Amino acid sequence: MVQYNFKKITVVPNGKDLIDIILSRTQRQTPTVVHKGYAISRLRQFYMRKVKYTQQNFHEKLSGVIDEFPRLDDIHPFYGDLLHVLYNKDHYKLALGQVNTARNLISKIAKDYVKLLKYGDSLYRCKSLKVAALGRMCTVIKRISPSLAYLEQIRQHMARLPSIDPNTRTILICGYPNVGKSSFINKITRADVDVQPYAFTTKSLFVGRTDYKYLRYQVIDTPGILDRPFEDRNIIEMCSITALAHLRAAILFFLDISGSCGYSIAQQAALFHSIKSLFMNKPLIIVCNKTDLQPLEGLSEEDMKLVMEMKAEAMKTVLGQGGEPANNEGVLLTMSTLMEDGVIAVKNAACERLLDQRVEIKMKSKKINDCLNRFHVAMPKPRDQKERPLCIPQAVLEARAKEAAEKEKRKTEKELENENGGAGVYSASLKKHYILANDEWKEDIMPEILDGHNVADFIDPDILVRLEELEQEEGLRQAEDMDDDFEMDGEELTAEEKEALTEIRKKKSLLIQQHRIKKSTAESRSIVPRKFDKDKQFTSERMGRQLSALGLDPSLAIKRARSRSLSRKGRKRERSRGDHGDAMDVDMDTPNKKLRVMSRSLSQSRSRSRPPSEVAPGEGFRDSAQKVKAIKLGKKSVKKRNKDARKGEADRVIPSLKPKHLFSGKRSIGKTKRR
Amino acid sequence: MRLEKCWFCSSTIYPGHGIQFVRNDAKIFRFCRSKCHKNFKMKRNPRKVKWTKAYRRLHGKDMTQDSTFEFERKRNRPERYDRNLAETTLKAIKKITKVRVEREAKHHALRMKGKKAKDHKEAVKELEQSIHLVKAPAVFQQDPTLTLPKMQVKVSQKQSEENNAMEE
Repeated sequence: MVQYNFKKITVVPNGKDLIDIILSRTQRQTPTVVHKGYAISRLRQFYMRKVKYTQQNFHEKLSGVIDEFPRLDDIHPFYGDLLHVLYNKDHYKLALGQVNTARNLISKIAKDYVKLLKYGDSLYRCKSLKVAALGRMCTVIKRISPSLAYLEQIRQHMARLPSIDPNTRTILICGYPNVGKSSFINKITRADVDVQPYAFTTKSLFVGRTDYKYLRYQVIDTPGILDRPFEDRNIIEMCSITALAHLRAAILFFLDISGSCGYSIAQQAALFHSIKSLFMNKPLIIVCNKTDLQPLEGLSEEDMKLVMEMKAEAMKTVLGQGGEPANNEGVLLTMSTLMEDGVIAVKNAACERLLDQRVEIKMKSKKINDCLNRFHVAMPKPRDQKERPLCIPQAVLEARAKEAAEKEKRKTEKELENENGGAGVYSASLKKHYILANDEWKEDIMPEILDGHNVADFIDPDILVRLEELEQEEGLRQAEDMDDDFEMDGEELTAEEKEALTEIRKKKSLLIQQHRIKKSTAESRSIVPRKFDKDKQFTSERMGRQLSALGLDPSLAIKRARSRSLSRKGRKRERSRGDHGDAMDVDMDTPNKKLRVMSRSLSQSRSRSRPPSEVAPGEGFRDSAQKVKAIKLGKKSVKKRNKDARKGEADRVIPSLKPKHLFSGKRSIGKTKRR
Repeated sequence: MRLEKCWFCSSTIYPGHGIQFVRNDAKIFRFCRSKCHKNFKMKRNPRKVKWTKAYRRLHGKDMTQDSTFEFERKRNRPERYDRNLAETTLKAIKKITKVRVEREAKHHALRMKGKKAKDHKEAVKELEQSIHLVKAPAVFQQDPTLTLPKMQVKVSQKQSEENNAMEE
C-alpha cells in the first residue's frame, strides 16, 4: 500500500545543472593525472574509466527520476485521475519516456566509445575519444532539459497536494461556489481554508480531519462546481469532479437557500441533477446553509418544490441501503455556519450515515465472518421487572456531609504560624500529630547516642526479658568461675636469679646490637683480622676488665699477653717463651739490668715507631714500594706552586682560538657574510 | 544521627570525623581517620593488619561470639516511641556494656592463662644455659650459686706487682 506522500520525491535537476554536477563529479572522483609516457594500456584504462564513470552517474540520476515519479496506472484511480486532471497524463508519460530514452542512449554511447577506446593508440587519440563520448552524453541531456524542467514543476506541485487517504472514512463537501463549504470545514476541523466573498476562493482540494465516536474522518473541501457541460469544465472544477467520482465518501451537497452566493436555488438544483450520477452508492445529505439569512420555511413554493425533489433523490440513496424512509432528518438538514447553528448536527449525521454504510458493506463481505466470531457483547438479561436503583448507606452519606463541613472549618499550619509571630519567630512543633500510647510523651527528647553506642540499635520490646536472662547467665557464670579460679602460684625466681637473668639479657642484647652494627657496615669495611687492630680496641686492659667481670683473675693473662707482644720483645724472642702460669715471671733472657731497663724504656717510648717505608699491617698498603709512592704523592700535593712571572687566573686566556660554534653553522634568518 | 563503624579498623566514627567513600556499585566505605583510608587505598586487607579489630577477632585475640552482642543489632523498622521502653533501654545499655566488658576481660585472662608458667620455664632454661655470659664456668664450678662476680682489681696495680717480682 503506497503512501500517497509525494513529498519524498527527490529534486529533479535542471538539464544544465545535471551536466555540471556529473562532469564535476567525474573530474573529482577519477584520477586526473596522466602523462603520455605511460603504458598504452594504462592510458586506455584511464580514459575508459572516465567514460564509464560518467555513464554510470547519468544512469543513476535518471533512474532515480523515473523510479520516484509515480506511475499513473499503479496508483489509486483517484490520484491517477487527479494527476491527469492537473498535469495531463499524456504529457507526464511522455516526459518520463523521454528521460528513459535518454538513459538508454547514454548507455549506448558509453558502450560504443569504450569499444573504440580499446584500440586507441596514443594519449591524444584516447583523450579525444573520451571528450567526444562525454560531449555526446551531455548533448543528450541538453535535449531533454525541457522534460526535466516540466518534471520538476510537477514534482513541486505534487509535493503540495493534500494527503488524502482514498480508503478511509471521508466526507466530501460539494456545491456551487460561495455557498459556505470552506466555512463549514473550518468550523468542524482545524483546517484553515480561505473564506472570501468572491467565487473560486478555494482552487484545490483541502483536507481536514475530525473525530466522531472515537474514529477519524477526513473532510474534503472542494472548489465550487458550476453547471456546465462536462467538456467545458476547467481544471479546478475537474478536481472536485474527480474527488466525487473516485472517493467512497459521504457527500454533503451544500445549498444556499438565501441566494447570497449569487446563484438561485433553481441553478443549484439544476447542478444537482446534472451530477447526481456521481452520487451513486454514496450516502448523500442535502445541507441548506445560511439559514440565518433565509429560514427553510420561508422559501417560496417553487424553491420548496425543487428542494423536495432533491430530497427525494437523496432518499433514494438512503433506500438503496435498505434504510429507514421515516428518517427524514438524515437527508435534509439546515444549518448556519455564521451562527454555528446546526453545524454539529450536520457533521454527526454525515458521520453516522457513512459509518452505517461502511459497516453494512463490511458485514456483507466475506472477510467479516472471520472477525464476527471473535467479538460478542454480553448483556445480562433481566430476571424480572423489578427495578433496582443505587443504594448508598446512610453512614456514608453522613460522613460525606461531615467531611465537606470539616474542610471549611480546618485551620492550616500557615495560619497558626502567622498568628504566633510569623516565620522567624514561631517554630512549628512537628511532633504535634504523633500517635503515641500516651499523649504526654509527645514532646519527649530521646537521646540517640549513649557511650559510643546507638540507642536505636538496642530498642527492643522484649529487652527487659532478655536482660533478665543475661543477668541470670552472668550470675551462673560468676559462680562457676569462683570454683574454677585457682591462682597458679607456681615457682618464682629468687632475687638473685632475677638479677642474673637481667644481666644475661643485657649482655645478650649488647651482643646482638654489636653484631647488627657490624653486619650493616660489613660491605663498606675491609675485613682485617683482629690482631691488626687499628682502633686500638683490643687492649689488655679491656681484656682484663672483661675477665674480671666474669669473675676470673686477669693478672696472669695480662702478663702473658704483655710478654708476648711484639713491641716489647721483637719477633725472635717468641720461641723461647715458656708457659709459666704463675704470677711471678722470671725473665732469663735479659741478665743485664741496664739492658732490661733500656729495652723496657725503648719499648715503652718507641713502641710504635717504624722506618717510613715499613708497612704497618693495618694501614692498607700492599708493599713498601706502594707506601713510598703514596708518601711522595702526599708531599708533592702540599708543595707550593711556583708562579713567578707566569700568568695567573686573572690574566686573560683564550682557551680555544677557533671555537666551532662561532665558525660554523647557518643562521636562521639572514646571510652568513660575517663571522 | 548514627555512629558508624570504620570499615578498616572497626572503631566508632563520631560526627565530624573521617571520610566516606562510595564505590560505583553503591557500596559505602566509612573510615575513621586518614590512616585507615590510606591503608584501604593501598588495598590492604584488614584481616591481615595486626592492629585492626577484624584481625583480632579472626585470630581469636578478642571475644567473637557472645550473647551481649545480640543486643546491639541494626534494626531497620523504627519502633513507635514509648517512654518506659526508652528508659529501660538506656539503663539496659549500661548493664549490658558492663557485662560485656567483664566477659572480654575474662576472655583475655583465659588467653593469658599459661603465660606465667611458660615464662618461668623459659627463664630457668635461659639461666641454666647462658650463665656463662656473666660468670665464667671455672668460677661457677667453685661457687655454684648464682651470685654475680664483682669487678676485680685494676690492671695498673698488677704491673707494680710484676715489677717487684722482676726486681727480685
